[in-house]
Amino acid sequence: MTGGRTRARYQLALEALVSTTPQGRNPGYGLMPEHQRICELCVEIKSLAEIAALMRMPLGVARVMVGDMAESGLIAVQQPGAAEGKPDLALLERVLLGLRNL
Amino acid sequence: MDFATSSPGYAAPAPSGPTTSVKIVVAGGFGVGKTTFVGAVSEINPLTTEAVMTAASDGIDDLTKVPDKTTTTVAMDFGRVSLDRDLILYLFGTPGQNRFWFMWDDLTRGAIGAVVLVDTRRLADCFAAIDYFEDAGLPYIIAVNCFDGLLSHEMDDVREALSVPTDVPIVTCDARSRESTKLTLIRLVEHSMSRFAAMR
Repeated sequence: MTGGRTRARYQLALEALVSTTPQGRNPGYGLMPEHQRICELCVEIKSLAEIAALMRMPLGVARVMVGDMAESGLIAVQQPGAAEGKPDLALLERVLLGLRNL
Repeated sequence: MDFATSSPGYAAPAPSGPTTSVKIVVAGGFGVGKTTFVGAVSEINPLTTEAVMTAASDGIDDLTKVPDKTTTTVAMDFGRVSLDRDLILYLFGTPGQNRFWFMWDDLTRGAIGAVVLVDTRRLADCFAAIDYFEDAGLPYIIAVNCFDGLLSHEMDDVREALSVPTDVPIVTCDARSRESTKLTLIRLVEHSMSRFAAMR
């Protein structure tokens, strides 16, 4: 499934968001079953952690797979708001507002 | 009941920028109620994600060089809270066993902060988590989980026993209550913001 690799080419965050691209929605034939299922799952946006949990695969495997699928254009990956280290103040304010409105 | 008038903006979801995700870590000793806490506020039933590691890897995340080592599986429970149309908060419970430190870097990287859930009968269970967050410079608050709505120690005693700095908030919470977990998360975000402001 991962060609023997246990490391993704780039480190996706646990909470990185994954969504299926138009190409992933109509990939044609020959897609690996796992890729097919991830494409179906991520029609509604999912995090890397959710993909691993729902696919019942170890996190490292999901990470490699998502990286490969992003490279082939089947899915788009959105690294989290805090990818550069820490969330900024404006983002924290939005989180605070969101929590208060729950 | 007329739902249409109660949410006037619902019918017109304006396309906005890409959805953003943030995360908060929920730490604490085994059985203190981390998954209960996550489940109380999550919009999905808490999911479990697993990481596979060699038992003797000692924090080195690379299986390629040690193909024959026995592997061990570490499970983390997590939940999701949609805060806005384009903002999702993930809550990650730390693995119960503190020896799986290799996961903690992954868990805490880019996190808003951490809630350290504490059971006053087993205060020592959270020492390792507190040390980790202090070393990592990650903002955290202490949340004393009051299972019976009753504190067996005064807050000052807890602070002294845990020897956390005076600027670290200590709150009580009921991990089963959505409102209580929500307030705990709000307190953490406020603390992160004040830490953030102080660093500038």
